[in-house]
Amino acid sequence: MGKPTDLVQGTLDLLILKTLDLQSMHGWGIAQRIRQISKEVLQVNQGALYPALHRLEQQGWIRAKWGESDNNRRAKYYSLTRDGSKYLRQQQAQWNRLSVAIASVLETT
Amino acid sequence: MRWYHKLRLRLRSLFRKQDADRELDDEIESHLRYQIDENIAHGMPPDEARYAALRSLGGATQVKEECRDMRRVNFFDNFAQDLRFGIRMLWRNPGFSSMAVLCLTLGIGANAAVFSWIEGLLLRPFPAVTHQDRLVVVAGTNRAAGDKGAGGPELTAVSWPDFLDFRANCTQFDSFITDKIMGTTISIGDRAERVTGSVVSANYFDALGVHPLLGRGFEPQDETGRNSHPVTVISYWIWKERFHADPNIIGKTQMLNGVQHTIIGVAPQGFYGTFVGWPIQFWVPVSMQEIFEPGGYKLEDRSARWIEGFARLRDGVTIEQAQEEISTVAKQLENQYPATNRGHDIKLMPLWAAPFNGAAELLPILKITLAVVFVVLLIACSNVSNLLMVRSFARQHEMTIRVAIGARLGRLLQQLLTEGLILSSIAVIGGLTVAYWCRDLLVVFFPAPAGVVANLKGEIDWRVLVFSAAVCLVSTLIFALVPAIQAGKVDIAGSLKSESGSVFGARGKSRIRSLLVVIQVSLCFVLLVSAVLLIQSMQRIRTSDPGFLTESLLTTGVDLVAAGYNAPRAKDFQTRLLDRVRGLTGVDSASLARVRPFSYATYSSDLITIDGYTPAPDEQPSAEYNQVTPDYFRTMGIPLLSGRDFTGADDETAAPVAIVNEKMVAKYWHGEDPVGKRIQVKDKWLRVIGVAKLAKYGSFAEAPKPFLYVPLRQDFSVGANLNIRTSQDPAAIASGLTRIIHELDANLAPSEVITMRQHINRSALRSQQVAVALLSIFGGLALLLAAVGLYGVMSYSVSQSTRELGLRMALGARPAHLIRLVLSHGLLLTAIGVALGAAAALLLTRLFATLLYKVSPRDPLAFGLALVVMTTASFAACFVPAWRATRTSPVRALRD
Repeated sequence: MGKPTDLVQGTLDLLILKTLDLQSMHGWGIAQRIRQISKEVLQVNQGALYPALHRLEQQGWIRAKWGESDNNRRAKYYSLTRDGSKYLRQQQAQWNRLSVAIASVLETT
Repeated sequence: MRWYHKLRLRLRSLFRKQDADRELDDEIESHLRYQIDENIAHGMPPDEARYAALRSLGGATQVKEECRDMRRVNFFDNFAQDLRFGIRMLWRNPGFSSMAVLCLTLGIGANAAVFSWIEGLLLRPFPAVTHQDRLVVVAGTNRAAGDKGAGGPELTAVSWPDFLDFRANCTQFDSFITDKIMGTTISIGDRAERVTGSVVSANYFDALGVHPLLGRGFEPQDETGRNSHPVTVISYWIWKERFHADPNIIGKTQMLNGVQHTIIGVAPQGFYGTFVGWPIQFWVPVSMQEIFEPGGYKLEDRSARWIEGFARLRDGVTIEQAQEEISTVAKQLENQYPATNRGHDIKLMPLWAAPFNGAAELLPILKITLAVVFVVLLIACSNVSNLLMVRSFARQHEMTIRVAIGARLGRLLQQLLTEGLILSSIAVIGGLTVAYWCRDLLVVFFPAPAGVVANLKGEIDWRVLVFSAAVCLVSTLIFALVPAIQAGKVDIAGSLKSESGSVFGARGKSRIRSLLVVIQVSLCFVLLVSAVLLIQSMQRIRTSDPGFLTESLLTTGVDLVAAGYNAPRAKDFQTRLLDRVRGLTGVDSASLARVRPFSYATYSSDLITIDGYTPAPDEQPSAEYNQVTPDYFRTMGIPLLSGRDFTGADDETAAPVAIVNEKMVAKYWHGEDPVGKRIQVKDKWLRVIGVAKLAKYGSFAEAPKPFLYVPLRQDFSVGANLNIRTSQDPAAIASGLTRIIHELDANLAPSEVITMRQHINRSALRSQQVAVALLSIFGGLALLLAAVGLYGVMSYSVSQSTRELGLRMALGARPAHLIRLVLSHGLLLTAIGVALGAAAALLLTRLFATLLYKVSPRDPLAFGLALVVMTTASFAACFVPAWRATRTSPVRALRD
């Protein structure tokens, strides 16, 4: 296992939205989930996570609600809004197009 | 729904800030707990686990601040914070703050005052009149007389029959309003007094939306029937002052120009009629025109153009649409009545462009004044800018710390602009107070004839407030931006080092301050040049030749019209009056004339036909003329070039005669002596008996125009002015004249006896005097501000260079040397400023060439004088700092 890779600029929003697409989750949980799913490759900078969450909330893609966590602790849970899931699908499609394109460029050389 | 969601969040962040902040704290804290738990699970001791968690978050405070940024309402928070901080800072530097506020108050106050004059006199000149934005001026134009330079066709008044046709045929207008100012002497009780009145159409009050306080306005039938509706509406002022607010005034009668008029209404308080400059005290319907407006009955005469009219456009109609329609109607009238209307069109104009009343006189002055006060504002702003920059050096430490702990440039700018805004907001309040005091001040500059009160009120309404707020914002940007950007360029490393002793003269930031001073000096120089040009022009007018001898010439009159004299009685009175006056000691000659030159009263004007002259197809020869008694030319000092003067024999029973001026000879007789030839004026053939030298008739600026004189007896007018050539002073003549008149009729007294020069100065110099007074005041203000600016820069330079100056002294420099060093720097700035200012003035002074009489806008003397004044002022401003430089103690300077 190599050193965790820094996130490509602009992909943090996409990862957060995708993570929340499965279930609502609090900030720390989102960071953990991204790390786990990416098999420890992607490391979310915790300092950037919260501003990103607040920005997404301001834009109306996600909404927040306080709730009890598994070990009876209060935490702020984020979940995707209807607008957010629409936006996620758009972004995902775009990302797919982009990565296919990059891959084909890389393969031809 | 998204916007609703967003709005809810924003409002929450803005107004429930503490809740939002507490939530943020909780959220971050809960994150830390998870991380700490995990760290402990990995085997860290609890203390270390917490530190590690904080480290991986990258600083809880920064993260929170970034989250708050994301909420995008920081702007307001910061603003409130800056506001509090700014007020505290200003409070702690009372010297700086009061200086800055004073400069800005003068600048903004001057702008607000001038704008309130423009608002009250030009844009919305008629208080109590509704919807003034839809009121336009209806002026006639005469293509045939349009050869007067580039000014387009000559503007004329409008005739009553034409007016009726416009009223009947135009659909784009709500109403047409007839108005013509006139004056009379009104005697109520035992007091007689000159008042101004208006001859108006019957719809006058209704069309203006003015409802009489008592009684009614005029009714349609009041317009018809020659002299058959002697009714009047009086002003609130007359009712209050002269009739003691009599509640039963309606139905009472008042003698006006010899006719008993029934008072049918009292105008509401605050309504002064529709004439810029004078308040109207009574109104009569047009049917009474002949009684008040000289020149006979004009309501059936299409060639008698006397109305200064207005029209109210229908809602939504533009002035262009209305113009198109009225021109079409005017064209039809031209075809229908070629004899009187050939070449005549109508021009609609906004109220501020009115060619008659005080607007014509005020417009150029107020335009220039507005430009001037804007320049004053710029100078004031650059002064404040300079002050702010000095202070920003003092605050360098503060700024450095702010930058060191992570403030961005934008944030610093916001703070400094907020502080600037506090200054200019205080100044706007001060400025509006100044404007409020000054709103009636314009009257001071207009010398009015005795007994008549000029009406020149500024108006402070919401437009003035909006204008002032805009001025405030603009000036904040002007004065606060440069220092703010300067302050943003904080060099942390540099300012950590100790202030090194600086070298006197230009370096870094002081260069910008010097630039500001140069700008001030150049702006100030432009104003000085303009002021000197106007003063020169006024001087020229004061000493210029109107074409008659103004020395030893007095002018006065007796108001026989108001006293109700009819023609036979007036003729008898005039003959006896002239006889007796000529008998007074020291009187060379005396004569009467219907119109006094250089007055607002209009000469008679008619179409003329000249024997042996064929006019061009679209030419309609016309000429103005004056009715005078024998001896007029000798009294006025107008030389007769050929022929003879009128004599007592040229009376109503003799053959009609005329004396023409040089311009007529050149235009219609090709320079040949016309004595003995015939011309037709109106319907009467006159024989030319003499040629008079060209003179100025209405103003110094007028082009030479065809003009003729007829004997008063052959075209009689009850109202006539008395001119007396005498070496006596006015007071001596006045007492003799009063006695004579009293003997002739115990109820009469002469009007004010003044020299012809005084009379000309009152009328021809009025606008010049106002322009000079305003420009001198604001020019002086600009000079003072520029000098203060220069003084500030020089003092600061000296105080910053004490070490260098001390060193120079220690090495043997003499005080004179130091003075020269400082002075030369200050004068260099002045020289650059003057050079720039001169270049600007060369371009700009052309703009007010219309106000200049026989003075070139590039007059070298004006530039020279302005240079002397500017240099003297900057010398004075630099001398104190220079002198202070010589008082530097070398020991102290070096030890510090």
